Amino acid sequence: MSKPKPEIKKEVVPMPKQDPEERTRNFNEVAQGYTVEQVVAEAERCLQCVKAPCVQGCPVEVDIPAFIQLIKEKRFAEAIRKVKEKNSLPAICGRVCPQEEQCQASCTMGKIGDPVSIGRLERFVSDWERERGLQITEKPDTTGKRVAIVGAGPAGLTVAANLAKLGHGVMVFEALHKPGGVLIYGIPEFRLPKKIVEAEAEYIKKLGVTMKMNALIGRLYTIGELLDRFDAAFIGTGAGLPRFMRIPGENLCGVYSANEFLIRVNLMKAYDFPRCDTPIFVGEKVAVIGGGNTAMDSTRCALRLGAKEVKIVYRRSRAEMPTRAEEVENAEEEGVVLEFLTNPRRFIGNERGWVKAMECIRMRLGEPDASGRRRPVPIEGSEFTMDVDTVIIAIGRTPNPIIQQTTKGLQVTKWGTIVTDENGKTSIQGVYAGGDIVTGQATVISAMGAGKKAAKAIHEYLMSKK
Amino acid sequence: MDQILQGLREATNLHEIVTKRELVPQINLFEFSAKETAAKTKPGQFVILRIDENGERIPLTIAGANVEKGTITVVCHEVGKSTKQLGTLKKGDYILDLLGPLGKPAEIEKFGTVLCVGGGVMTAPLHFQAKAFHEAAHKVIGVIGARTESHLIFEDEMRNVCDELYVATDDGTKGYKGLDFLKELLKKTKTDRVIVMGPVVTMKVVSELTRSHGIPTIVNLIPIMVDGMGMCGACRVTVGGKTLFACVDGPDFDGHLVDFEELMSRLKMFTPQEKLAFVLQEERGGNL
Ligand SMILES: Cc1cc2nc3c(=O)[nH]c(=O)nc-3n(C[C@H](O)[C@H](O)[C@H](O)COP(=O)(O)OP(=O)(O)OC[C@H]3O[C@@H](n4cnc5c(N)ncnc54)[C@H](O)[C@@H]3O)c2cc1C
Ligand SMILES: Cc1cc2nc3c(=O)[nH]c(=O)nc-3n(C[C@H](O)[C@H](O)[C@H](O)COP(=O)(O)OP(=O)(O)OC[C@H]3O[C@@H](n4cnc5c(N)ncnc54)[C@H](O)[C@@H]3O)c2cc1C
Ligand code: SF4
Ligand code: FES
Repeated sequence: MSKPKPEIKKEVVPMPKQDPEERTRNFNEVAQGYTVEQVVAEAERCLQCVKAPCVQGCPVEVDIPAFIQLIKEKRFAEAIRKVKEKNSLPAICGRVCPQEEQCQASCTMGKIGDPVSIGRLERFVSDWERERGLQITEKPDTTGKRVAIVGAGPAGLTVAANLAKLGHGVMVFEALHKPGGVLIYGIPEFRLPKKIVEAEAEYIKKLGVTMKMNALIGRLYTIGELLDRFDAAFIGTGAGLPRFMRIPGENLCGVYSANEFLIRVNLMKAYDFPRCDTPIFVGEKVAVIGGGNTAMDSTRCALRLGAKEVKIVYRRSRAEMPTRAEEVENAEEEGVVLEFLTNPRRFIGNERGWVKAMECIRMRLGEPDASGRRRPVPIEGSEFTMDVDTVIIAIGRTPNPIIQQTTKGLQVTKWGTIVTDENGKTSIQGVYAGGDIVTGQATVISAMGAGKKAAKAIHEYLMSKK
Repeated sequence: MDQILQGLREATNLHEIVTKRELVPQINLFEFSAKETAAKTKPGQFVILRIDENGERIPLTIAGANVEKGTITVVCHEVGKSTKQLGTLKKGDYILDLLGPLGKPAEIEKFGTVLCVGGGVMTAPLHFQAKAFHEAAHKVIGVIGARTESHLIFEDEMRNVCDELYVATDDGTKGYKGLDFLKELLKKTKTDRVIVMGPVVTMKVVSELTRSHGIPTIVNLIPIMVDGMGMCGACRVTVGGKTLFACVDGPDFDGHLVDFEELMSRLKMFTPQEKLAFVLQEERGGNL
């Protein structure tokens, strides 16, 4: 007689989190990670579907059922190896990927209950490995070829790691003083601890990659000059140029771009002022304009820095928010107020040049626009003012322009993104590009996916070159 | 040992202070080893330094570069926590980070007669430009100013590269008292271009004076900056009604179009925090 199958649990194993009261007073990670019992219990929920719809939803096609099976059997070392066959930064992806739109969106379990929490499982095995020290297995023969990578964000780091593993000499040029791109300057400590990003960067250095910080390409060297010294170049400079609203009062004191706010807080550790030198000012009433990850991160940083009232002001409605669902939930638990269908018209200053209020207008949703989302339309006559003493503008970022301005012959779109073929090849021979600089602002995993493809194309190019 | 140090320096990108000289109290000249930066530097550009792991990013205008030696020179006025800390460093010490050159180089074209006005600490980087104009065979008229005689810097250096040099102090202890004499100077001398580097008020006053004469006037704006490479917008300034980023669109702008009032107000954004950091540092006896 066969054993009766244990009943499949419909509900996901909840993630242990810091209490909302507690966590708004610190910058420690909110989600604390599964225990061994919890991770196995969550892995048990996986049905091991033959067609594995989850894998189709994953931009880098991690063999999800296989690594989950290994977790079930507590074979964690093998599980992480399985993940890393396809994804070189799993500790990061497990924390910041929008799984609910990717692998988990198509998970079969989602039809009868909660989808399997694939991201949390991925996070567990990568943390398990890191706590034991990342090991380098392969040491390839050198090919004698040299590649310059511009920008140390997820796209650049992925290319660097993949090419180093193939034996190429790789040098990364990064303008900031630390590698990681948005992972280090934008995403806050409480969502992605910096020690994780640092460990990944250390691992890539161990692969033999040289990282040159404080090197702004375009000013220190042009791409043309790099090509004199290297056999190929990859541009992964991201979309870091903050967009402003171009409405009156935007340059008042107390009005930040989300990038300024987040760079001060995360890269420069202003939350530890005055132990760290970079200052930040956060008032009592903070309004964050926008509805994406950047807006959500700014909001939650503002709360932790002591703001009494933090509002998200978003011109569309909840359904259109381009954010990880988990982070909206976290922000609401922490007391963030969401003002939907509202848009600022102008900022009003006091006699010292500081913002004191914001004139807003209510919006309604009209016909769908190019992005397929319903276009917000102002409702005339619905203007009102909101008292604020800090405003953070998080309405999007456009491509960093310095390389495009200083590279002759590089084909660029009217939005400032670099034109490439599907493998990242640009209009200049030997120059490849990928990540947000090609797609406009997107996700960590799509930048990594682009990096993977570009690395493959660069390798083929180098090996075909005499 | 030297070799080990050299290797370490290259691996960690540390930058050594090869010269430090006090010009006047609280204003120091530093020469940093920064080979790659030196090779690319042009007058008008700046660097961003970080002293140590907890340090903030300190923008300083480049006052000279020596390609053979692989060094750049900056002159720094101690006005708060970070600049004071920099002032405590000695020859042979290292700083953690140096990024540059940043910003667009100054335009050194054939203009004719150029009037270079420098105030306070910014006289030093102004000299770097005046020298370039001089070497490009321009007629250079220099005006340098400070609060009082004992705060004047770079007088001899400026004299060497200027066809005429005027000195002014706020209190009249040396040369002209204030900048009013510029009115007369502009009347009697045909000037094709004016460059102003110094306190915001100086740039504003000079721009007002030259406006009626219709003389193109370039001001060097130094708003608060964070990254210095166009990613934060902290340095935004309004020029001709448009918002521009001083770190990538500047730092040089048309003085007749700049909104100086806004710039002055934005420079005070972090004053309470800066004061706190300064007071805490003083309490610790300046030791960090
Ligand atoms: C606040 C915030 C939160 C986010 N949250 C998420 C999330 O939860 N999940 C998710 O999937 N995505 C998220 N994103 C988006 C994601 O971070 C980006 O899509 C991704 O980082 C893009 O990677 P990249 O390598 O193309 O560029 P970046 O990460 O932007 O890295 C580019 C690097 O290039 C450097 N650089 C730029 N110009 C030069 C130059 N001229 N010379 C040398 N170096 C240069 C930059 O300093 C930077 O380090 C978030 C973005 C932000 C801003
Ligand atoms: C592009 C650029 C080039 C610069 N070049 C030079 C230079 O060659 N020599 C030099 O001595 N200084 C220069 N500065 C100014 C210098 O960077 C600041 O004085 C320094 O960052 C202040 O740091 P702190 O911690 O010592 O003082 P803080 O405590 O930060 O500030 C003390 C006082 O200085 C003022 N201040 C702060 N930031 C600036 C700023 N960016 N510009 C002017 N005043 C400021 C504040 O309003 C405050 O009153 C430059 C600034 C920029 C943006
Ligand atoms: S779709 Fe869901 S249940 Fe099916 S294999 Fe993938 S994770 Fe497991
Ligand atoms: S200093 Fe950040 S954009 Fe200029």
